Amino acid sequence: MALSGLFLVFFLGQHATINLSSVISPETFNSWSHFMGYNPVVQYILQPILIAGVIVHFVMGIVLELQNRKARNVRYAQYKGGANAPWVSRNMILTGLVVLAFLGLHFYDFWVPEMAYKYIEANPEDPTRYHHELVEKFLSPARVGIYVVSFVLLALHLWHGFASSFQSMGVNNKYSPAIRNFTRLYAIVVPLIFIFIALYHHFNHTH
Amino acid sequence: MKLLLKIWRQKNNDSKGKLVEYPISGIEGDMSFLEMLDVLNQELIEKGEEPVVFDHDCREGICGSCSLQINGEPHGPDRLITTCQLHMRKFNDGDTIVIEPFRATAFPVIKDLMIDRSAFDRIQQAGGYISVNTSGNTVDANAIPVEKDKADASFNAATCIGCGACVAACKNASAMLFTSAKVSQFALLPQGQVEAAERVQNMVRQMDLEGFGNCTNTGACEVECPKGISLENIARMNREYLTASARG
Ligand code: HEM
Ligand code: SF4
Ligand code: FES
Repeated sequence: MALSGLFLVFFLGQHATINLSSVISPETFNSWSHFMGYNPVVQYILQPILIAGVIVHFVMGIVLELQNRKARNVRYAQYKGGANAPWVSRNMILTGLVVLAFLGLHFYDFWVPEMAYKYIEANPEDPTRYHHELVEKFLSPARVGIYVVSFVLLALHLWHGFASSFQSMGVNNKYSPAIRNFTRLYAIVVPLIFIFIALYHHFNHTH
Repeated sequence: MKLLLKIWRQKNNDSKGKLVEYPISGIEGDMSFLEMLDVLNQELIEKGEEPVVFDHDCREGICGSCSLQINGEPHGPDRLITTCQLHMRKFNDGDTIVIEPFRATAFPVIKDLMIDRSAFDRIQQAGGYISVNTSGNTVDANAIPVEKDKADASFNAATCIGCGACVAACKNASAMLFTSAKVSQFALLPQGQVEAAERVQNMVRQMDLEGFGNCTNTGACEVECPKGISLENIARMNREYLTASARG
């Protein structure tokens, strides 16, 4: 859980960096995207590892949740969860499942067309198409709304999860308060970058 | 003080239980929570009804048997105390108090509020000891020097009274805080090193076999623990477990 989660956190940072370039310079975004899309190491090694990482993480998350429910076969009539633990820590499965649903949409939006373009339709390489493809996606207010809500939930997931993964790996020492601060800053800033990008393209698009 | 008690009554492990309401009056703020239940039981006995079964022994916070879930929290709303140390002045006249047993699949109800916590004993037996020859040539433990901070941390872990509040509070009914305290008290001492790797592996295996849930680091256990056992112990156990597994 911790290792797959941390791996995803790392990926998220890299993803945010590339996407941010779409706001700053369409040319940079196009060249980075083209590199990611056609570099064999990225395509045939890193991409499968990433997909496996996502699957391992959410399958383990769901198995964990089922085992944990089984560990209390009779529910409490009254249970004051909020008295001793924060909401985010008690609702990882909820925030996680929303992120999973979002990933479904996200794959449908970008990954499926990309795979179809490259491997099914076998179109020629076009290093300039990425930026306008991206911008077009963010025309729809519904899609932008879903993206924004999903990233807020991702922030909640990471608010607990990123710091939690250190405890799971046995790291709890004098650096832990600093680690917690850093992970919480990351949990807010990275999703905010994605939200900013979606809103930027939505409102800056000249029709 | 007048109160309305809603108490879990359950004949035995096979039967289904339910909350039963008992209005009670004449409760003093200086009474302990268990004394309040004594008053109720006396009334029930005088009326010819069956008294409420609940676990208790020392009534001074050291045996860990008074396991009650009070208004949704183990050992009630106060911190760093057991149910026997909870005073009725923490409640107000007219309050409704819901009293349930600690709930975990691994802690089956024996009767009413009394649960079977022998799962903890079996976790202890799986590795919560050191092998010392005690037949006449025992070496004084103080003969081996131990760093002060390690000795203190070990002692703090050893103050766990096995009450089960950590399991009761945890949304996953995980026994990680208890098990990690029992692992830590030896892991920090030279005497504990010989069996360190098997200890953590065996105790964790037994914990899983008993059907406790997994730790997701919500921290509820640490907040509700009457002895203030810290989450650092869980991190230490994770470390011990990872290194023991890596070494094979
Ligand atoms: C890209 C998105 C995601 C990232 C970056 C991420 C990150 C993390 C991290 C760092 C942890 C902490 C691991 C630990 O405590 O040991 C975690 C835990 C968890 N994640 Fe995710 N996660 C993501 C998506 C998902 C999805 C799609 C699910 C779907 C079910 C999910 C469910 C869970 C669950 C159930 C936990 C464990 C509960 C807990 O530790 O409290 N996550 N995640
Ligand atoms: S760790 Fe604390 S709450 Fe858990 S059994 Fe020990 S004393 Fe009770
Ligand atoms: S009765 Fe012993 S700790 Fe409460």
